[in-house]
Amino acid sequence: MGVGIKVEHLNAFYGKTQALFDVNIVVQANHATALIGPSGCGKSTFIRCLNRMHETIPEARVEGTVHIGDLSVYNGTSATQLRRRVGMVFQKPNPFPTMSIYDNVAAGLKLNGFRKRKQLDEVVEQSLHNAALWDEVKDSLHKKSGASLSGGQQQRLCIARALAVQPEVLLMDEPCSALDPISTGKIEELIFQLKEQYTIVIVTHNMQQAARVAEFTGFFLLGKMIEFDKTEKIFTKPSDKRTEDYVTGRFG
Amino acid sequence: MTGVAVLTVLLVLLPLVAIFTYLVYKGIGSINLAFLTQTPKPVGEAGGGMANAIVGSMVILAIASSLGVPLGIGAGIFLSEYGRNRYGDMVRFVSDVLNGVPSIVVGIVAYGLVVMRQKHFSALAGGVALAIMMIPTIARTTEQMLLLVPQSTREAAYGLGVSRWRTTLSITVRTATSGIITGVMLAFARVAGETAPLLFTAFGNQFWNWKTDQPTAALSLQIFTYAISPFDEWHRQAWAGALVLIVLIVSAVAAVRIAVRHGTLSGA
Repeated sequence: MGVGIKVEHLNAFYGKTQALFDVNIVVQANHATALIGPSGCGKSTFIRCLNRMHETIPEARVEGTVHIGDLSVYNGTSATQLRRRVGMVFQKPNPFPTMSIYDNVAAGLKLNGFRKRKQLDEVVEQSLHNAALWDEVKDSLHKKSGASLSGGQQQRLCIARALAVQPEVLLMDEPCSALDPISTGKIEELIFQLKEQYTIVIVTHNMQQAARVAEFTGFFLLGKMIEFDKTEKIFTKPSDKRTEDYVTGRFG
Repeated sequence: MTGVAVLTVLLVLLPLVAIFTYLVYKGIGSINLAFLTQTPKPVGEAGGGMANAIVGSMVILAIASSLGVPLGIGAGIFLSEYGRNRYGDMVRFVSDVLNGVPSIVVGIVAYGLVVMRQKHFSALAGGVALAIMMIPTIARTTEQMLLLVPQSTREAAYGLGVSRWRTTLSITVRTATSGIITGVMLAFARVAGETAPLLFTAFGNQFWNWKTDQPTAALSLQIFTYAISPFDEWHRQAWAGALVLIVLIVSAVAAVRIAVRHGTLSGA
């Protein structure tokens, strides 16, 4: 089951440059929340703060508090434990190039020390089903490498890989930006189904996509969260002028 | 343009082919069962072989690889994953300087480190000398190969809750394996033919020796001794020894390549 996310007074920095300014947000469990905004506005930085990927960059740091369910992200939780509960799908599909399809999906469990063959088989199959990839790859699980799949398949493989660790939250950082419309459609369909089991936060440049998949939408501008509301409201009657300008295409 | 490319390829291959054909031409006549199974005969007696030198070379190279490969790869991992700082720059500089140290000087170092203490020449001392020569090459190529692994691959592992050291060993190093092996084999092939660092470490031996703390024969040393001798029979044997040495190096490199190709496909 998904859990809610609560972010309070979040500030993020790259060295001396501040990238996020006092972001506050409450994400509902088992819903999809989209984050939109022009390039460089801090959306990606923001979701990378949710699973502490931000701090893997040299000299990057974070202030403020984030709660994911009952877990305090920046207080008493190790980054590795946290990331097993908060999965992530990246902008460019990044399967492990030397691993087979099966090993890619099983990687999260195997590398964390889980080695029971039979259960691994089940998890891999279930995850590939959930990522709508099973039918396309079931005959070549061990024969083909993850890198030999098409771009759209690779991205669904990465989703399956993230699901295999059984997270509660799934973060997606522009998961369709490198994909063609058909693959994008498949992934959007997937997001609809995944909502039942996971809380989803998705960064997207594509406003139609935000409108299609998300119940809630946040608008970022220059590192600040300008507006956060029901998707319908953001796209029809935004309360902030800057949001309106952005969603109507007057800038950005 | 294509013509130029083909021409340069031929120019590059020419010395290799020339050397190899000449070696075969000069050496093949002296290679026989005795050469591969017997120790050298005293001057004036015909026959005898280099069996002890062949085995000695293998022993010395095994010692060198078991010391040099883990140290070199470890240093490379440090440089790429943890060495983006001043300490890393220092290690990088020192390793580049070490790469340029003449091999005879490395031999003297091993003489001081091992031979002086053991009070006699040994395969171990030879192995240490060759290991010192392998380390910088392996470290720098390992570093370069690891840097070629995209950051996004590491992030994929971090995102699954895999710790940093586990990511390095199971993802980054594994992704770069074939490149790292190339570096290791280059270093191996380079030191396999070295003579100078063995002159006063392994020293050479006319007889069988199975102890790593005793003077040990090596192909390169034997070739050197025989080549500068005044006897025709020894000259012929030196050619044969050179041919055997090259064949051994090529087959070792090929064997590792094949083993790795089968290994990487079978999974973690």
